[in-house]
Amino acid sequence: MESARTRARVTTAVIYIILIIMAFIMLVPFAWMILTALKTNQEAISVSPFYILPHNGWHWETFGEVWKSYNFVLLYKNTLLMIFFRVVCACLTATMAGYAFGRLNFPGKNFLFSLVLIQMMIPSTIFIIPQYLMVSKLGWLNTTAGLVFPGIVTAFGTYLLKTGYQGLPKDLEEAAGIDGCNIGQRFLRIMMPLTRSSMVSLGIFTALFAFKDLMWPMIVCSSVTTTTLAAGLAKAQGQFSSNYPQMMAAAVLAVVPMIVIYVIFQKQFVEGIATSGGKL
Amino acid sequence: MKEKRKMTAKEKNEAIWAYAFVAPTIIGLIVLNFYPAINTFWQSFFKTGDFGKGNTFVGLANYQKAFADPEIWQSLINTIKYAIIEVPLGVVIALILAVFLNRKLKGTSLFRTIFFLPMVCAPAAVAMVWKWLYNQQFGLFNNILHTNVAWISDPKIAWISVGIIGVWSIIGYNMVLFISGLQEIPGDYYEAAEIDGATGIRQFFDITVPLLSPTTFFIVQTRVIGALTIFDLMFMVMDKTNTALTKVESAVYVFYKYTFDQGNKGYGAAIVMILVVFIMIVTVIMQRAEKKFVFYN
Repeated sequence: MESARTRARVTTAVIYIILIIMAFIMLVPFAWMILTALKTNQEAISVSPFYILPHNGWHWETFGEVWKSYNFVLLYKNTLLMIFFRVVCACLTATMAGYAFGRLNFPGKNFLFSLVLIQMMIPSTIFIIPQYLMVSKLGWLNTTAGLVFPGIVTAFGTYLLKTGYQGLPKDLEEAAGIDGCNIGQRFLRIMMPLTRSSMVSLGIFTALFAFKDLMWPMIVCSSVTTTTLAAGLAKAQGQFSSNYPQMMAAAVLAVVPMIVIYVIFQKQFVEGIATSGGKL
Repeated sequence: MKEKRKMTAKEKNEAIWAYAFVAPTIIGLIVLNFYPAINTFWQSFFKTGDFGKGNTFVGLANYQKAFADPEIWQSLINTIKYAIIEVPLGVVIALILAVFLNRKLKGTSLFRTIFFLPMVCAPAAVAMVWKWLYNQQFGLFNNILHTNVAWISDPKIAWISVGIIGVWSIIGYNMVLFISGLQEIPGDYYEAAEIDGATGIRQFFDITVPLLSPTTFFIVQTRVIGALTIFDLMFMVMDKTNTALTKVESAVYVFYKYTFDQGNKGYGAAIVMILVVFIMIVTVIMQRAEKKFVFYN
């Protein structure tokens, strides 16, 4: 018995050591990003001696410089607007379609739902050229509408919400039907509020995907004043490539808001990814 | 409709509501996805006109050009090489971490937060940071290890360096999916194994691995497709003047380059068609493999 307990203790110790080493590896890029941002450029490119920590004070002012020179106010604004409209559009269209597919009967249901499933299997790269040409024809280049365009509907979200609606008990709706509610009222008052967790998952998913996307904003919003954080960074990398503290400060400013949101809503994030298991 | 059983008024009413509800999604999918897919296929038979001149039909010329172009083949090989690093390493490391974090230990939620952190960062920012870590002259790695490795400009190792960024980025996502899969395995299996005196490692291979195989398969499948359409990392890490670019650039990167940098949409369409067919073949092969290797109880 004593040896079993020792063995368990050794196992736990080994697990902790591995976890700590892995956590360290995961955090190194973040630490280096912040430390570099706080150095002067001379320190950042000094090799002998090589500085790990900022040597001549912590230069927080770099963040302010970068905030102005990279136009972060606009980048944040554009990114937020895109995320907001994509989340609203995706949740709205997906919850309606998900309800119909999950709870209602109508001719052609299986065929229409197969369209949803087929879309989920097609790599989205194939849509990009015509989507770009459409946005360009509509005159939506360098606008929020152009950024939102491909995300108005979501096959994945429809699938997710359909599963959510199917999981609800059948008699809920029947009771409402007897009370004289029509289908629209039943949907709005009873069913939709019950799928809130699926909606939160989809919302987080949509926001994260939109935030991380690089190619679409680069194509439709090539101007630095209309583009998103991700694409703005890509553009700036070419311009300021020799000033490392500034580049790292820009990277910090680009990742911090989402990290803060993630730390606050961690439970929803993790559950959203785990339950939806969607594709990013 | 007349031959069929007539719908009652109630059924008709339900159908009308349903059509109204699915209409935005279905119309959206047709306009934003199905029409574009067909249109891309159509465009792959055209040469894009210069300066607003109309496109000219060229038949299979774009495909002939693509198949004869060593850069296209190389980019497909690069993409596969990236997947070969990212998928197995990302899955195995994530599985080990998930098994550890699924135990009742103190501090697991802190570790989980840390491992998931890269998932909420834009790949553009992640790539910038790693590019700086990899910097040959001033980077952290070379200065700490006292080496002088050209991490991202030596064609022999650049693809591995980029693959490592991919692994680092994806571990948290895979791990979260594994943890939720692990929580569905009934605890009595382990209790029974414990009584039989099976060690932790035996339990892992005899219980965890087979019972987790549906989750594993799901992750592998999504990650293979994700890896085969990788773009951001290559685009951000590899400068256009990087000597290793041709040995690292992915298929989607090449697609982007021809379509949007050089404005040759017809050729770009042909490249993306080739990639999509390739991905479809891989998907079918994986689905065959699912029947063989995945254990459903």
